[in-house]
Formats: sequence, structure tokens, C-alpha cells
Amino acid sequence: MTVPAIELIGISKSFGPVQANKDIAIRVERGTIHGIIGENGAGKSTLMSILYGFYKADAGEVFISGQKTEIPDSQAAIAAGIGMVFQHFKLVENFTVLENVVLGAEDGRLLRPSLAKARRELKALADDYGLNVDPDAVIETIGVGQQQRVEILKALYRQADILILDEPTGVLTPAEADQLFRILGRLRDEGKTIILITHKLREIMEITDSVSVMRRGQMIATVKTADTTPTELAELMVGRKVLLRVDKTPARPGDPVLEIEGLSVTDSAGVARLNDVSLTLRKGEILGLAGVAGNGQSELLEVLGGMREGRGTVRLNGKPLALSGPDADGQARRAAGIGHVPEDRQREGLVMPYSAWENSIFGYHRDSRWQNGPLMDNASITANAREQMERFDVRPPDPTLAARNFSGGNQQKIVVAREIDQGPDLLLIGQPTRGVDIGAIEFIHQQIIALRDQGKAILLVSVELDEILSLSDRVAVMFDGKIMGEGPADSATQSGLGGLMAGLAGDDTQAMANWTLSADATRQVGTPSVEKIEAQLAEKHADASKEV
Amino acid sequence: MERMPSWADALLVPLISLLLAAFISALVIVAIGEDPLAAVVLMVKGSLGSTYGWGYTLYYATNFMFTGLAVAVAFHARMFNIGGEGQAIVGGLGVALVCLYLPLPHWTVALLVATLGAAAFGAAWALIPAWLQAKRGSHIVITTIMFNFIAASLLNYMLVNVLRPPRAQDPATARFPEATNLPTLHELLAPLGIEFSKAAPANVTLILALLACLLVWLLIWRTRLGYEIRAFGHSSTAARYAGINPVRITVLTMLVSGGLAGMMALNTTMGEAERLMLNSVEGAGFIGIAVALMGRSHPLGVLMAAILFGFLYQGGAELALWTSIPRELIVVIQALVILFTGALDNMVRMPLERLFLATRRKKG
Amino acid sequence: MDFTTALQILDSTVRLSTPLLLACLAGLFSERSGIFDIGLEGKMLMAAFISAAFAFTTGSVWLGMLAAIVASMALSALHGLASITFRGNQLISGVAINFLAAGLTVLIAQNWFGLGGRTPSLETGARFESLTLPLADSLAGVPVLGPIYAELISGHTLPVYFAFACVPATWWVLYRTRFGLRLRAVGENPAAVDTAGVSVIGMRYAAVAICGLLCGIAGAYLATALQAGFIKDMTAGRGYIALAALIFAKWRPWYALVSCLLFGFLQAVALRYQNIELGPITLPGQFMDALPYILTVVILAGFVGRAIPPRAGGEPYVKER
Repeated sequence: MTVPAIELIGISKSFGPVQANKDIAIRVERGTIHGIIGENGAGKSTLMSILYGFYKADAGEVFISGQKTEIPDSQAAIAAGIGMVFQHFKLVENFTVLENVVLGAEDGRLLRPSLAKARRELKALADDYGLNVDPDAVIETIGVGQQQRVEILKALYRQADILILDEPTGVLTPAEADQLFRILGRLRDEGKTIILITHKLREIMEITDSVSVMRRGQMIATVKTADTTPTELAELMVGRKVLLRVDKTPARPGDPVLEIEGLSVTDSAGVARLNDVSLTLRKGEILGLAGVAGNGQSELLEVLGGMREGRGTVRLNGKPLALSGPDADGQARRAAGIGHVPEDRQREGLVMPYSAWENSIFGYHRDSRWQNGPLMDNASITANAREQMERFDVRPPDPTLAARNFSGGNQQKIVVAREIDQGPDLLLIGQPTRGVDIGAIEFIHQQIIALRDQGKAILLVSVELDEILSLSDRVAVMFDGKIMGEGPADSATQSGLGGLMAGLAGDDTQAMANWTLSADATRQVGTPSVEKIEAQLAEKHADASKEV
Repeated sequence: MERMPSWADALLVPLISLLLAAFISALVIVAIGEDPLAAVVLMVKGSLGSTYGWGYTLYYATNFMFTGLAVAVAFHARMFNIGGEGQAIVGGLGVALVCLYLPLPHWTVALLVATLGAAAFGAAWALIPAWLQAKRGSHIVITTIMFNFIAASLLNYMLVNVLRPPRAQDPATARFPEATNLPTLHELLAPLGIEFSKAAPANVTLILALLACLLVWLLIWRTRLGYEIRAFGHSSTAARYAGINPVRITVLTMLVSGGLAGMMALNTTMGEAERLMLNSVEGAGFIGIAVALMGRSHPLGVLMAAILFGFLYQGGAELALWTSIPRELIVVIQALVILFTGALDNMVRMPLERLFLATRRKKG
Repeated sequence: MDFTTALQILDSTVRLSTPLLLACLAGLFSERSGIFDIGLEGKMLMAAFISAAFAFTTGSVWLGMLAAIVASMALSALHGLASITFRGNQLISGVAINFLAAGLTVLIAQNWFGLGGRTPSLETGARFESLTLPLADSLAGVPVLGPIYAELISGHTLPVYFAFACVPATWWVLYRTRFGLRLRAVGENPAAVDTAGVSVIGMRYAAVAICGLLCGIAGAYLATALQAGFIKDMTAGRGYIALAALIFAKWRPWYALVSCLLFGFLQAVALRYQNIELGPITLPGQFMDALPYILTVVILAGFVGRAIPPRAGGEPYVKER
């Protein structure tokens, strides 16, 4: 066996109480494209930031070309021949391409000679690898695809042998992604080693030679790409943990509560996050939204919760909701009868320095129930919170404790208790059990089902496929801002959903009874193979270039 | 997990900061060849040793309560209102216009109307920076600094060109009518049989300031608006989730803040000088920053810090009178307090947090 | 207004612009690196006092200048300690420094000289003298251009020429050197500098040090060139006007020259006239005083050409989340 370009042994890293990397080991062979796949928050970016000297590992060793190497800072990483393209580009926006490339790698104190030299080298690199960028263009005036090339050029200009790319296609159009992959292929052929971090299965299948799967800070498996399938990888990513049994009776859906028609969302960068989504949710049912994180589920919850503006039609109990303007805020949504357990409880659902009782009315603090003349009735809010905390088994049941002093599970219970107790007609619930211990998971699941049995509608978003399958009555799968398919949870299978989560309707997917699949997904049938994916990609690129 | 118990955060950190400031101030006193201990004794005697001293201490403290509260309220929404000085200057104009041009029969009515005038003028002066921050993203620190200077020019213009009585030399308004003069503590306490210095300027505005402390406490911790202000200050993302409007909170908070700063003028113009003069604010707006930082933005803390600074002010005046230590020592102490409790907070906090963590680990 | 008066006002503009310009460029270096500095005023004030005190004591204006630079840089180091090392609030640190200087200058002045917070007047040798440029006297007789050369361009003190020379120098450093490239980058996106293998902390301390150096010269100029000695609070808000000029200049050196000349001109006019008669309207002198600040607010509001500060300004750089 040849000496690997990179070998990491026993890497661990914690941020406060959160362990982002646990005892990671990985080998990356020279001259290959090695994929690292895992969901958001699996610890991929942290691992690569450690390799680049941006974070310091708590424990572990790094070997570059068989040599044990200390990487205390980025300077050392650059010296060791490592270049990194971060997910969020580290470019100076009002600098030119040339200035960005030269920054930190200047020859001497004066700028002109450095810039002149860089200009020559950029031209050579452009010719060698097809990395064409106007050296005098200012970063903020060029597209993200171009900006990414600048990041690659920066690494190559610093003589990088090993190139790490963190979620490089997240911001790219399919055509740009395709170009990027061609460039990466050229670089590999020249003997460079490339690490590609992504949560997109298709990219792994299309470009990598081998792939490592990370989940919850741990390295789960490393396989040759040729020996695996997208479905298998999807399952590895999401994990087959012990299926939690949830006792529930069959749903008895009633009248529609939530009707979404043609809902679209475009983010501030102009990227479409939701694309013409339509869904109906009835009384007394739980609809689970499955999908690899980042495919539009969060945006859907945010629009419905009044945290983001959208276009289209959304009706609640037959009445249309404002999707933009002053009436599209959280207050109006709550007044209309929508409860919302947000995906990020620490940044959104709770005010961390606030006590539990203050948090127990957060968002509902304008309710006249809590007013006593001009003042807030703190005594009755506290009493209510105490009672609520006991009912929802929050530990310790001390309403005066600040939210940040509760464990993740108990923080989540505070949020869930607050939202369920308002008796909403529709409950939006995002990642209900992320970072929550087993006991609390079961409890929260029971509460959600009890709410359903009262005839309320619940829209559940989770990256845990098990959770979706065990809780939901119906499941919809999102991919790339669209609904790929929708059907009863009973007939859904892990492998069938896995395919849909990659945007494909394979045999397993077709086998799921009573499922409605979107045209986007069914365009491709049969077992997904690399060839077929490539064919589909090519088709998509053709579409994309037509639009351009 | 909490890094430090809350009592340590609320009391120990400011206390250590204060001790550091006091220690360096003592060094400064030693450096100019005076005895710091004797200086402290003199200060205590001069500011707390007689009702005359108390009268001055409380007079200054009244100013600092208003400006300290003004800064504190803005801090709760994570805004730094450095414009208390300008807002107090403009508040003074409000007081003067009310007292000079409205027929006011009695000081009670005058105080009520002048309070409204001071608060309204102060709030108006804070409104433009607040609006620019909320709508245009103009940094409120810079705009409020600019508004301080604009206010100074405005006051200068009003006093020199508009409000100065004919044939008067100094830039000041005419004396306010007799009916608007506020009773001093001497006059208030005499009917109760309590002897209080006649010469000291502390007056009924002190009670208003104490009331303001109470009202601000109620506002911040007992009302919906206060709840929203603090939530917005702690986490703007959570505020968005809860449907709290950032523009509304920014503007309302600054109106309250500016109004409080403006009310400071009641004490100096109506309560003491009984006319509006050029130097009526004299840096009290800036001392509010030190007071709010030291008081951890809590009205009770502000109250205590304001009295401390009142003591320093009066004590400093005594020092200047009896020793070679000039009044500016107080400015140095004020700077050190701002430095240690504000900018170098982490320098005190980080070792303390480590200490608490270490002791807890030993126990655990 | 006749030619001689205009010349006098412009001459006074040059002299009054000098401290603004030096402080403005000082702020430019600091803020371009991402460290907001509202302590320009305090540093200048401290430097003004120290320069006068040392110049008086030693009789050498150069020793005064040197001491002023050291004092100003010490305050800069304090600002760096608070805002770079301890990641404190840069604005609060600046406020503290302003008060520290306001208090300490008078305290020390009183202790050393016992003149109520000022220094004795400086004699020749202890202050900067006007320089007469070559041929100024002989060309003075030439119509129009002669007086302009003799009065406006010649006859200033050395720091004036230095300040004006600092403008192209700053431009050159900022846009033509490696240091300048890194400085501008660290104020825009410190993470980019960090990942490029350059120390963010080192760059920021360097910038803050240059800021201290220039503020030191600005302060020394006030006490040893513009006036002959230190008086209490002699900066009189110039640090804030410089800050305003910096925003007005959108953090660029040549624009800084223009805005400082403009603000200096406003000061010169306000100094000479009580009121400005503009046809039917009479502008009070106070309006001229306030004009720099009003203009800055208008610029900040973004109604007339938006001023965008360095993107990373005011934020301590924290690498780990």
C-alpha cells in the first residue's frame, strides 16, 4: 500500500459541551478524490478546519505523506501543502481577484512585483486547469462560481498538493457544479489529492474515488465509491438507530387545516430555497417532512412561522395568511393559531438568559392573560410555568432558572410545552429531538401524538428518518426546494425514502404503495446507478444552460 | 452550565473592577504627592459629613441617576446611547421654554409640565439617531456623538441669539418666574422637623429621580415592552421568531432613553440655577455611561452607582478646595471605572470564571 | 471679501486642518484594520499636554514631540489591550480613554506647573517655528501667485508640511505595499487574513500603534505649533471632528484631505466671523460649528453617497465559535 496523502488518527474536538469530533480516524490516498459525507452538524467541517489549522484539535495526530505534522495555524497548513476552500468563502469582497490571491503570499514588501508575478501564474493556472477568472475583477462583482475559483486559485498559488473543498456546490448552479467537477478531475489527474465535503449523495457518486461517512461527530464508514450505492450512503448518513416505538392509533384525518399552494421562497442572495411547494395538512394528522438537511424544509417552517417572507398561497382553516408585509410576522401567525417549535431552540425558540418562566410565554407575551393593568402578571406567569413544567416533566421544575442552565432535552421540553399549551390548530415542529436524550425523546413524541389525537394538525421536520417514520401519519420528501413525493408512512421504507432524498425514484421507491411521486423524481426510474445519475445531471445541465 | 454563579456576575465582577479603579486612582494620588487615605477621609467628610455635603452629593446623584438610567435602558436593547449629553442639553431647552413661556401657577404644576417638556425634547433629540439606526443602519454611537455637538451648538445659538434677555451679558436665559422654583430638600424636610442645609442644591427633583428608577425597573422587568426590549437585546434572532418588531423596539427604547436624559435638565436648570445656562449639563451625560456600566444596567445598581459618583463629585470638589488635588481626579476615576467595568470586563471576568470552574471541579 | 482676507482665511484653514488631518489619518489606519477608535480626542489631548510639558522642561520641541508620541502610543496600547486582546467593546474603551486623558492632563499639569491645568507658554526652541520656503520673500511681490506662495504655501510649521505629506504616504502604504494590503483586508474580513496565514492580532496592533503615532504628532502640533503651550481641554472636540471627517472621507486618504480641509475651512470661517451673510439668509456662527457634524449625519444616513465602514469594524475577531 502506498503512503497516504493524509492520515488522521484519534482526532477529537469539543466546543464547550458539544463534541463535534469524536476519535476520528481517516486515510486519504494520494491522487484521489475522497468524499466526506454526512448531514449538517455531523462534524465534517470541524474536522477539515482542524486539518487546516483553523481550529485546534483537543486530541489526535495528523500525518501528511507519512510525516507526523503539527498544524497549529493556517500558516503551517499552507506550508504542509494543504489548501482549503471554505463553505463560506474567505475572500475580501472589495479586493480584486489578484489581491485576494496574493494576500498572505506576497513576495516582499512592495505590492507591484507580487501582483505582477501572481498575474503571470494565474494565467498559467488558468491554462492548465481551465480556471479562468478575470484577475482585475472585484470579488463582490463576480458570481459565486467565479469566487470559488478564486479560492481554488489561492490554494494552488500557494503550491497546495492537497485541496479540501467544504460543501463546494451549495451555492452553485448545476452547470457551475459540473464545471467545478471537471476542474477537480483535471487536478486529480495532475496528481493532486482532493477532499470533498458534502451532504449531497449525487456529488459523491459522480466525482469521488472513495467516500467516508460521518454521523454525529463520528466516522461511521469508509468505502470505495464504486462499491456502494446512494441508498446505502443515505442510510449510513442518517443512521439506523434502534427504531423508537411510538404507540399510536391510526390517524383519523378530518378537514384540511393547512393548504399550501405554489409556495416559493428566494433568499437574500437570490437563490431559490422553496420552489412551487404544495401540500395539504388535515386535522388529526402528522405530516413528516423528510429530506437531507438544507433542501428547503427549514425555509418552509420559517415561512409558515412568520420568520421569512414567501410567495404563493397559504390558507389556514380556509383563511389566507399574509406571506409578506407587516402581517407576516410571528405575532400574526400565533394569533391565527399556529404554534412553532423552531429548529434552533437556542437561537430562536428561547432567550437563553431569560428564566424558564419568562420563556414560557415567549411569543405569547402579548396575550391579555398575562397582563395585569399596565404590568405583566409575573406571579401568574410563574405559577403557570411551574405547573406547565411539572406536566411536561421539565427537570429541574424550577421556573426561575435561566434557560441556558437546562439540558438540551429540558430546554426543548420548555419550548414544546409552551407551544402545545396554547392549543394551536397547527403545530410546526422542527428537529423536535435534536440533541435530546432518549427519555425526553419518548416524552416529546407522546406529547405530539396526544396533540394529534385532540384533532390538531402537526407539520414535523426532522433529519432523523426514524423519527419521521415512527411519528408521522403521512410523509413528504423534500429535495432541492421541491416535494419529491408524498404518501402514507406505513408503506414508506428507509431505502425508498433514501432514493427520494437524493432526488431519485428507484425501484424501492416505486415499490412504496399509495405514494404520489413528483415528475422530477420519476423522470428517472430503476435502480439509481452512477451512469443514470450522470445522465440525469447532464439533462439538468442542458436545462440550466437553456435558461441561461 | 453556568460558568459563574449569578451573584458573582452581579456583584463580584463590578466590585473587583471598582477596586482596580480605586487602586489605580490611589496610585495617581500618591504620584502627585498626596496621601490617598487622607484624601478619602477628606472626601467622606466633605460629602457625607454634613447635610450640606449630603445636599451636594444627592444633587449630583440626581443628575447621574437620570443619565445613568438613560444609558442603561438603551443597553438593555443592546444599543450604546452615547448621546445623553446632547439629549440633556436639548431637554434643558424644553425646561426653559416651558418655564419662561407658559403661565405656571405653582411649582407642582411647573414640575409636571417641565418634566413633560424635558422628556419630550430629550426624546425628540434621540429620535433621529434611533430612526436612522433602525431604518438606515447608521451606527447609533456615531450619530449620537454628532448629535451631542449639534445640541451644544443649538444651545449656544438659542442662548446667545434668542433666549438671552436684552442687555444681558452672559449667554443664559432670564431667571425663571418665582412660581416655577423648585423646593430644596431644606424646604421639603423642614415641615417634618428635619434640619437640612439651606445652601445645598438638592431639591425635589431627587424624588423624581428615585421615582424614575422605580419606573424604569417596572418598565424593564414588569411590562411587555420591557420584556420585548430585553429579548431583542439578548437575541435578535429569537426576537424575530417571536414576532418582535426591531424598528419599533429600537425607536421606543431610544425615546425612553432620550426622555430620561432630558429629564436630567430639571435638576440643574429648574432645581438649581433657576435659569438655563450654557454649561448646565457639564458632562453628566457621559458620567451616565460609567454609572450604567457599574450599575450593570439595573436601576438599583444605577441608583447606587449614581450616589457613588455624587459622592466622588462632591468629595472631589472638597479635595480641590483643601488639597492640591484638582477636581479632574474625578474624571480620571470615572475613566477608570468605564475602562474596567466596560472595556476590560473580560480581563476581570475570565480569570474569575476559571477560578470558579476550578473550585467546582475540585468539589465535583 | 477682498483677496487678502480670503488668503488669511485659507491660511488659517491650512493651519486648522493640520491636526484634523493627522488625527483623521490616524483613525484611518485604526479603523481600516477593523478597530473603531473614538479615542482620537483623548490621545491628541494627552499628546498635546505631554509635548508642551516636555518641550517646556527640556527646552526642545523635538523631545516634546517624542514624549507626546510615546504617551499617545501608550493610550493606543491600552485601547489595543481592551479591544484586541480582551475583545472588549471598542467604543467603550475609546470613551474611557477620552476621559482618562481629559482628567490626567489637567491633574498632572496642575501638579507639575500649578497653573490651573495648563503649561507655561513655550519659548522659541520649545515650539515649532514657521518655515519660510525658498524664494518666498522674493516672490511675494508677484501679483496673485506671489502672495499665495508666500502666505498660503510658505510660512507654516514643519508638522503642517508633514501632515500634508502624510496623505500621499498613507495612500502609498495602503495601496502599494504588502502591509497596506493586509491592513485593508483585516478590516474587511479578518478570517480571510487568518486563513491566508497572517496574524490578525499582529496586524491590528500594528494599525493601532500607527494610530497612536499620528495622534501623538497631531497633539504635539496643537500645543507646540498652533499654540504655544497646553491649555485645559485644548483639543476642543477635534478628535470627534476628525472622526466625522473620516466618515465623510469614506475611509480614504485623499478624500480625508478634502474633508479635513473642508472642516478646517468651516472652523476658520467660524473663527473669523460671528455670522455669515448669504444674501437674504444669515447663518449664525454656531451653525458653522455644527456643520461638520450635520454633514456627517447626512452622510451616515446614506442619503448622499453612502459611507460604508470597513466591514469587520468594531467586532473583535473570534476564530472559534
